[in-house]
Amino acid sequence: MTIQFVAFNWLASVADWPLIALLKEQEPMASNPRTLYEKIWDAHVVETRDDGTSLIYIDRHLVHEVTSPQAFEALRLSGRKVRRPDLTLAVPDHNLPTTPRLDASGKRIPIADPMSAQQLAALEANAPAFGIRYIDAAAATQGIVHVVGPEQGFSLPGTTIVCGDSHTACHGGLGALAFGIGTSEVEHVLATQTLQLKRSKTMEVRVDGSLGPGVTAKDLILHIIGSIGAAGGTGHVIEYRGSVFEAMSVEERLTVCNMSIEGGARAGLIAPDETTFAYIKGRPFAPKGEEWDAALAWWKTLSTDEGAVFDKSVTIDASKVEPTVTWGTSPEDTVAIGGVVPDPASFADPSKQIAAQKSLEYMGLTPGLAMQDIAIENIFIGSCTNSRIEDLRAAAAVLKGRRKAPNVRWAIVVPGSGLVKAQAEEEGLDKIFLDAGFEWREPGCSACLGMNPDKVPPGERCASTSNRNFVGRQGPGARTHLLSPAMAAAAAVAGHLADVRQFTA
Amino acid sequence: MEPVKEIEGRAYPFGAKNIDTDVIIPAEWLKTITREGLGRGAFESIRAQEGNVFDDPHYKGSPILIAGDNFGCGSSREHAAWALGDLGIKAVIAPSFSDIFSGNAFKNGILTVVLPQDAVDRLMEVAETDEIMIDLENQTVTTPFQDRFTFEIDPFRKHCLMGGLDEIGLTLARDEAIAAYEQRRGHEMPWIERGTEISA
Repeated sequence: MTIQFVAFNWLASVADWPLIALLKEQEPMASNPRTLYEKIWDAHVVETRDDGTSLIYIDRHLVHEVTSPQAFEALRLSGRKVRRPDLTLAVPDHNLPTTPRLDASGKRIPIADPMSAQQLAALEANAPAFGIRYIDAAAATQGIVHVVGPEQGFSLPGTTIVCGDSHTACHGGLGALAFGIGTSEVEHVLATQTLQLKRSKTMEVRVDGSLGPGVTAKDLILHIIGSIGAAGGTGHVIEYRGSVFEAMSVEERLTVCNMSIEGGARAGLIAPDETTFAYIKGRPFAPKGEEWDAALAWWKTLSTDEGAVFDKSVTIDASKVEPTVTWGTSPEDTVAIGGVVPDPASFADPSKQIAAQKSLEYMGLTPGLAMQDIAIENIFIGSCTNSRIEDLRAAAAVLKGRRKAPNVRWAIVVPGSGLVKAQAEEEGLDKIFLDAGFEWREPGCSACLGMNPDKVPPGERCASTSNRNFVGRQGPGARTHLLSPAMAAAAAVAGHLADVRQFTA
Repeated sequence: MEPVKEIEGRAYPFGAKNIDTDVIIPAEWLKTITREGLGRGAFESIRAQEGNVFDDPHYKGSPILIAGDNFGCGSSREHAAWALGDLGIKAVIAPSFSDIFSGNAFKNGILTVVLPQDAVDRLMEVAETDEIMIDLENQTVTTPFQDRFTFEIDPFRKHCLMGGLDEIGLTLARDEAIAAYEQRRGHEMPWIERGTEISA
């Protein structure tokens, strides 16, 4: 009996050992201080080969209809299974029309475009066939995959999160290592729950102080991308640090991290703190009871150690950040709302001069034109960057008692999820938008990407709260100006790009 | 996947900077549920312009594309790599690539070669008239005019490309290590293992 007891204890302590070792490693150590990224990375290494490639375990895999059908088909052809369907969550978002999904009798309204209908049908069939939990297009919890993940408590601090979508960086706002992957990698994760990766370099973007009135998380991230450039973060994972990010709500942090990819970084991170924990607690898939306490204890160790070194550091002066808009066809083409369209000749880099010239031709703009003189025909409030409840509140605060200008032909609000939509309706925000001349839509990616029926016509301009102003992004020939939800609302009322501070003063 | 060793032929002297994957293949083409036939949609907005390199008979069918900084930025859509492959492109040379795009290209047997801007400028010039040769084994890009540029490549990627290896197959062979990690983690952090299971 005694021997058995000892043996049992010994086994238990051996089994416990990795946890103890892990926790010890996470305590700040003068000899080996680590960044937040390095801590999360280290906790997910299955093994590392001599060439430096590591097999990294993936904790959460979000799947949508556009980048998954070829992966499921390949699994089927090779007779492979999904290793961890329980760590996978599927929801359609990209391709869905944002018009009503159910008719008066509660029956599904079919999608008119046969290609889109086929793609949705593929996910509807693949998810149950491989044992994956699926959120139906007409479910109350359906929404944009990057809104649904945090909202459901599926995305958690310290986890590795992937999705076949580059804006997966979004979930870094919770302190998760989250990044977009291609379809071959989607298949790799489905089959093995891992990815073969090389450790990224680390980049610190520090913003201390506080943002001025009317300056939002969106303005800040646009300003950051304008400063570091669209390739400034290539090969790096960004950690956003400083009092400005500490003061932000989780939703604001999600907006910042969302656009990390627009600065070239595959992932962006903000250390989890009490704000994060309060946000997560009680969400459907979040840990409960004793497991919550255990998770919390680990999450509290997830911050960059004193003395840890970043490969690259950038400091931004918060007081210099103005409400910001884009003028060109790269997210790095940013300017303060009080500014003018730049002269391509003003750029030092000759290839940027050519790119700027082409951008201005596409955008139909001339150098020296005041940004506030640019007339707008379309307004899009939505996307994984800015479709959460706080975004809708900010836009509604500007629109309350006002109406869109007569030259604004089309203005839509697309909530990020069914739950966001319901919350907004409870607060009466839908009425404010409708009274202002906006359409109130069903959740989805909508006019962010020119794939579903919500498109901007050729040659027309759109003031858009989305993340990309690329050529043709919102439809062939569409001209996009990126901005915050409050700024989009201001542009709707003014009929041209406008400074939101003149509406809220 | 077919092994990649040497790529030789004409090259599209394209050169533009910050070419995003929406430009390589617009979202309208992403409604497909297969990988084939995307070459028709490749560079749609550029090919709508008169005199573009992609429809120029001098370059049509070239196995090499020469591009500018930050090629393949933006969306993670692997359709961009499939579209290039469908056009017959086997290698892209540029001063830098987006991380996601270069991973996608590699997984489809398309080699991404990073060279300094002046080397890319020189190759743009050569591509107007002559062929370019890429030797993966020796990691060189050469021209008939004695130009010789060497490039770096991740050894694992090189190994997989040269052997035409299936990465998923390689990882599945590490099943034991993955299972051991899961077991250890299930003990350390049961909450992280719950996923979509709703705990009480």
